[in-house]
Amino acid sequence: MIVDRLKAAGFVFVAAILQVSVFSGVRVLHGIPDLLLVAIICVALLRGPVVGAVIGFWGGLLVDTANLGTLGVTSLLLTVAGYWIGRYGETTGRDRSHAPFVSVVVITFLYAVGSLAFHYVLGDPAPAREVLWSTLFQGIALNLILTWPVYALARIVLPQEGRRDRPERLHAIG
Amino acid sequence: MAAIGSTAQRSSSTHPTRGNAVFRRRLVVGLLCVLSLGLVTVYFRESDSGFLHSVQSTGASVLRPFEVAADRIASPFEDASSWFGGILHAKSDNKKLRKEVDRLREQAILNQSALRENAQLKQLLDYLESPRFPKDYRPVTTRVIARPPGQFVQQIVVSAGKNNGISKHDAVVTAEGLVGEVTKVANNVAQVTLLTDDSSAVSALDIATNASGISQSGISGQLTVDRVTKDQVVNRGDVLVTAGWRSGDLSSLYPRGIPICQVTQVGQSDTDLYKQIQCDPFVNFSTLDAAIVLVRKPIAP
Repeated sequence: MIVDRLKAAGFVFVAAILQVSVFSGVRVLHGIPDLLLVAIICVALLRGPVVGAVIGFWGGLLVDTANLGTLGVTSLLLTVAGYWIGRYGETTGRDRSHAPFVSVVVITFLYAVGSLAFHYVLGDPAPAREVLWSTLFQGIALNLILTWPVYALARIVLPQEGRRDRPERLHAIG
Repeated sequence: MAAIGSTAQRSSSTHPTRGNAVFRRRLVVGLLCVLSLGLVTVYFRESDSGFLHSVQSTGASVLRPFEVAADRIASPFEDASSWFGGILHAKSDNKKLRKEVDRLREQAILNQSALRENAQLKQLLDYLESPRFPKDYRPVTTRVIARPPGQFVQQIVVSAGKNNGISKHDAVVTAEGLVGEVTKVANNVAQVTLLTDDSSAVSALDIATNASGISQSGISGQLTVDRVTKDQVVNRGDVLVTAGWRSGDLSSLYPRGIPICQVTQVGQSDTDLYKQIQCDPFVNFSTLDAAIVLVRKPIAP
């Protein structure tokens, strides 16, 4: 179990490093892909809300540290994102092939809104038009492109295990 | 049937387990959110040398090698991507750069034009302040705003007219020499007929030998000097200036001593009464940007 958690942490660590050093510089039609967000979504879908929340916190902390940003901002947003997606995977989205894609679309949108609101509250520059109009749709599209390979990789790194949080099977007694 | 009739139940031990799991995950996410908010609060409140800043600085230093490594690994892919992107954008870039080149070329032309105009204006200024400038005239410095429309008409338009005191037949000069005369005047512009026009004729004087004649337009932008009798001496290289004659109430249009041309060829034949003289005008009419109109000062009573 610990090895599994460490693998998840390593997976997100690599994603965070790649996001900071490579993907944040990639601009396609003004949109920026968010590998870290996609990776956290995938891990959360596979491992549930607790791991999703912890991994989100970890990834956010890495990004804020590497970027010398305000510590805790990205952590909070990604913690909530990881938790929600973990819950979704645990309940509705379980075993549905479209779950990663739906999760990525919804969370990318909510993450953008939440990030904008949080930065606004903190008094940072919060260009709503740019975040919610000029770049959001391109960002969602790019994240969707990343979803399939990242999810496939995540399934290899974190193979499905018999999850303890699943409802127990009903046994017929006869 | 027994299976259908029986009541399917979760094992009784699952209720506390599920309750614990729910509590645990809520506790974890709650703690993480509080921790995040705590980090934000402390980070904001502390100075740049505070604990979290120091930790962050150290963390960034630790992460730095990983970032560098990732960047190096990704750089060939980035280069390839840039290369493909460059190809995709080459057409629009080319168009953009061509526009830029055109704009800069226009700017360079404007600069060169301004430089040449500046040099000409300086020359004019020197001429106005020199003793060569005729004393009975007032200078009106003007810009050339229109050039000869074709080879058949040798006229220009200058940006000064009646409002500047210019009147018909005023002489037009530059620092190099005579340009022509004003042939039409409007309020703010005037037409100047150049020396090279067929209708122009100027009485000329050889300053070396005092020979006199009439300078008229010739071929290929040159001038011919007519009415120079064979007994007068004119040599190649001599400078001809305006004669500025006066006879009773009549006087020449041009003041005396304005350079007209330099003799390039002198000939005579037994059958002609006059010498055949050709000369090059001092003024380069094709690059004329500014000129001085000589307005005669009113004669004191």
